Amino acid sequence: MTPDNDNKTLIALAEKFGESVIESKIDRGDAVAVIAPGAVHDIIAWLRDQHDFKMLADLCGVDYLPREPRFEVVYQLHAMGRGERIRLRVQLGGKAPEVATISDLYPVADWLERETWDMFGIVFDGHPNLKRILMYEPFEGHPLRRDYPIERRQPLIGPRN
Amino acid sequence: MALKPLLGDDNFVTTRLDQVIGWARKFSIFPYPFVTACCGMEYMSLSSSHYDLDRFGAAFPRFTPRQADMLFVVGTISHKIAPLLKRVYEQMCEPKWVVAFGVCTCTGGFYDNYATVQGIDTIVPVDVYIPGCPPRPETVIQGVMMLQEKIANGKQDW
Repeated sequence: MTPDNDNKTLIALAEKFGESVIESKIDRGDAVAVIAPGAVHDIIAWLRDQHDFKMLADLCGVDYLPREPRFEVVYQLHAMGRGERIRLRVQLGGKAPEVATISDLYPVADWLERETWDMFGIVFDGHPNLKRILMYEPFEGHPLRRDYPIERRQPLIGPRN
Repeated sequence: MALKPLLGDDNFVTTRLDQVIGWARKFSIFPYPFVTACCGMEYMSLSSSHYDLDRFGAAFPRFTPRQADMLFVVGTISHKIAPLLKRVYEQMCEPKWVVAFGVCTCTGGFYDNYATVQGIDTIVPVDVYIPGCPPRPETVIQGVMMLQEKIANGKQDW
């Protein structure tokens, strides 16, 4: 979709990837693009190599229950040379949300994707070591999902409280 | 050479063994600081010369639980670190006391969530609770004095 603004990166992104860019806009001064789950790896590799977005500033999950598609993964990219930022959002639905890893493009994505897996249960396909990073191994469920009961406790030792 | 009595004929006191041991023990507390969170800042303030914890004989932290007899649990305890806290407690020699420093160790504080232990008394027995977020050094000093009272008045094992 062609953006209705004059952000050069968003225009180039829409021209190059066409239907894979579902929406693009300027949100409170930041360039934002909603992209299709299948194109995540290609788009981010292209932005990194062709548009100098050498830094992955952040990667996180969001749960929009009861909306469907329920989950979002948000990538914040930063072009160090000219100080430009772009935000990419990927909407993921279903009981087993899954998206391609970008840990081969940005080594920092390794731990960020592990955290997103730990907290939201979003699988990053192709990740070399996708296991819990904050919670302990026997922990069941993903605590930042909105349907995780707020009162639920899973102590390693001691009484359940 | 014969020793001269210093206090004349009255140089003796009568007491109970429990009391004299308790009196000695209450001024010889070796704390083990189990510091995990922001209360540690207030613990540093407490340990500095201004508040002078050495008045209570509790100034010298031992960084091995085997040499300590007071476990100072300072800061939020998550379920992940809870087994380590219990293990540190079990390594300490008797007699030993536990002080819960700050509201997170007393009840979990405002961390009423999936990650936090809702009070360390669900894991180890606690002798003195010091509430506050974080507690002022004066509050902690009062807690230490209450612990001294408990030590002095308790039944002593030796």
